[in-house]
Amino acid sequence: MAQRIVIDPVTRIEGHAKITVQLDDGGNVIDARFHVTEFRGFEKFCEGRPLGEMPGITARICGICPVSHLLASAKAGDEILAVEIPPAADKLRRLMNLAQIIQSHALSFFHLSSPDLLFGFDAPPAKRNVFGLIASDPDLARRGIRLRQFGQEIIELLGGKKIHPAWAVPGGVRSPLSEEGRKHIVERLPEAKQTALAALNLFKGLLGKFEAETQLFGNFPSLFMALVAPDGSWEHHGGKLRFVDSSGNIIADQIDASRYREFIGEAVEPSSYLKSPYYRPLGYPQGIYRVGPLARLNVCRRIGTPIADQELAEFKSHGTGAVTSSFLYHYARLIEIIAAIETIERMIDDPDLLSHRLRANAGINRLEGVGVSEAPRGTLLHHYEVDETGTIRKANLIVSTGQNNLAMNRTMSQIARHYIRGTGPVPEGMLNRLEAGIRAFDPCLSCSTHAAGQMPLHVQVLAPDGSVAQEITRG
Amino acid sequence: MAAKTLTIDGKQISAFEGATVLQAAEEAGIPIPTLCHLDGVYDIGACRICLVEVEGVAKLLPACTTRVREGMEVRTDTERLRNYRRMILELLFAERNHVCAVCVSNGHCELQTLAYEHGMDHVRYEYRFPKWDLDVTHRLYGMDHNRCILCNRCVRACWHIEGAGTKNVAGRGARAHIISDLNQPWGDSESCTSCGKCVDACPTGALFKKGATAGEMAHNRAKLEFIVTAREKKQWIASE
Ligand code: SF4
Ligand code: SF4
Ligand code: FES
Repeated sequence: MAQRIVIDPVTRIEGHAKITVQLDDGGNVIDARFHVTEFRGFEKFCEGRPLGEMPGITARICGICPVSHLLASAKAGDEILAVEIPPAADKLRRLMNLAQIIQSHALSFFHLSSPDLLFGFDAPPAKRNVFGLIASDPDLARRGIRLRQFGQEIIELLGGKKIHPAWAVPGGVRSPLSEEGRKHIVERLPEAKQTALAALNLFKGLLGKFEAETQLFGNFPSLFMALVAPDGSWEHHGGKLRFVDSSGNIIADQIDASRYREFIGEAVEPSSYLKSPYYRPLGYPQGIYRVGPLARLNVCRRIGTPIADQELAEFKSHGTGAVTSSFLYHYARLIEIIAAIETIERMIDDPDLLSHRLRANAGINRLEGVGVSEAPRGTLLHHYEVDETGTIRKANLIVSTGQNNLAMNRTMSQIARHYIRGTGPVPEGMLNRLEAGIRAFDPCLSCSTHAAGQMPLHVQVLAPDGSVAQEITRG
Repeated sequence: MAAKTLTIDGKQISAFEGATVLQAAEEAGIPIPTLCHLDGVYDIGACRICLVEVEGVAKLLPACTTRVREGMEVRTDTERLRNYRRMILELLFAERNHVCAVCVSNGHCELQTLAYEHGMDHVRYEYRFPKWDLDVTHRLYGMDHNRCILCNRCVRACWHIEGAGTKNVAGRGARAHIISDLNQPWGDSESCTSCGKCVDACPTGALFKKGATAGEMAHNRAKLEFIVTAREKKQWIASE
């Protein structure tokens, strides 16, 4: 009897994501899928608006990573103005992106994932959340919160927080860092670095306990895509795209964002309205690739800062050529926090950060532009087409969570296959693991920031006639 | 010019004959909210946000177009007025598409400021979500009809300060909208001198400098008053 298990996290914003597990007659998992409500509406919404409004509009796509959309949008705008932005503007945008990586990764690790890691996936859900963490290790929790705050503060120092203005704009940025702001960052850096290192060491110490998860949570060959610098170093805002395979071989390199369509296809599956991007030369679905922290560390040769480079070498020893376990996204995230902090340390004395030459003014000089930036969760592309007056005719956004869609599905299948056998009751631990499997990717969903650090799950086991054979609700 | 004495909110005031209640109140330091009023051009009483109560008159009167009378008793801040003002604001918001968060004038918009001041935390009317276009054909400026409240300030600034007569109102009722010349793209207008006075006159983000991004478009109404004072009184003084 074929069955379908539907896991529907009912979050504060309804219908954002759910998991369905398809069983065959023998109760074996054939397939599992992670469904996301995507941003098609936004793409339509942008049509007819002036280019200058795009950073502000797209920054509203996501309350969790407005900065990433802001930056990708501004870069697409630079292309349409056909300008080279002032060096100071580029440095300031980079500073903001690094801050975004720190705050987002800190949230993912400390608030959302560390309870799983510290208490284990079979710990009672009541304990396995950020409040459990605060109760058992208040110091770690406090430091995690402060680390995230550090990233957020930098973002506020640059962009202001009151009305989320579009700080990055086509042609540059609107305001520099202030001297007080700079001082503040300098003062907070050492503590941030210490916290990041402590978290990394904690994770490395726990890794031995999670061999099964490392094997099971989305461990499969796939391609990886991210920006790299011209010399193959870690990038997060400039540079060009690179693809590597699961052995770490470079299969496409230094691809300008404007050529993304030669390399990225977007499949729309009949069962879902979510676009599933794939590596075009390999076709769909063989062209499955992953983006995000894991991908960025897999595609780059070096990071370029001392501690992060040491850690990168150790990290790379977990794979042959490329690290393929999605569970190690956590690991990659922690290394990236250190990379970001070290990079800020290195740049923070640059007088350009206080400069007022920040904006290249120009009219509409191209009718098309693609902007790319590395969001914490992975590569983010904004592609705009405008008319002569600079009015958006078409917008295509390729977001990181979408690009990881195929990989998240495969992760769900892998976990479900391991934990679901036969048509008996679905064990609670399986739900925890499916949830943790999603969380490894840190998908950009409201549910991933659910305050309790746990997604409310609604599981339905459906008989072929659609009647509910089994139902589990949690949350 | 004869002086008239009247009371506004219980305060004894004297004003020149011919002055509006709005002017008299302003002189006396009594604030009355306005939207379509623009210093430097004549008033048309279009928005009704400046409504006041006058003793002995059943209907509410716009302060900007009502002249002072001897012995007049005016009230500017009553429960009834506050309710009406809020209602007017809500209707303005419901009428077109105001998305403050992404608007070029966010933080510098007279409509938004009034909504805050009047505690407008929600709109009780159904939003009409009309479909309006943008006109960004002008080299320097853009017009977004979605944010226009038809206050007519741009039209008056264009006709009576600049003297170009480019801006006009076309259509009636809900289809009324601001046009350039004979309803052609602004960029094709032959009369427009590209002075930007209409942009400075606009209370919302409907008229803006091209390239302005969210929250970046501040309008300079004082500039208009400065020009008018300079022209009419030969006094080149910047107002506050
Ligand atoms: S720019 Fe000047 S001339 Fe042109 S429409 Fe506006 S006020 Fe009139
Ligand atoms: S464009 Fe601005 S100034 Fe002109 S009528 Fe509309 S809101 Fe008033
Ligand atoms: S300001 Fe008086 S009616 Fe508009």
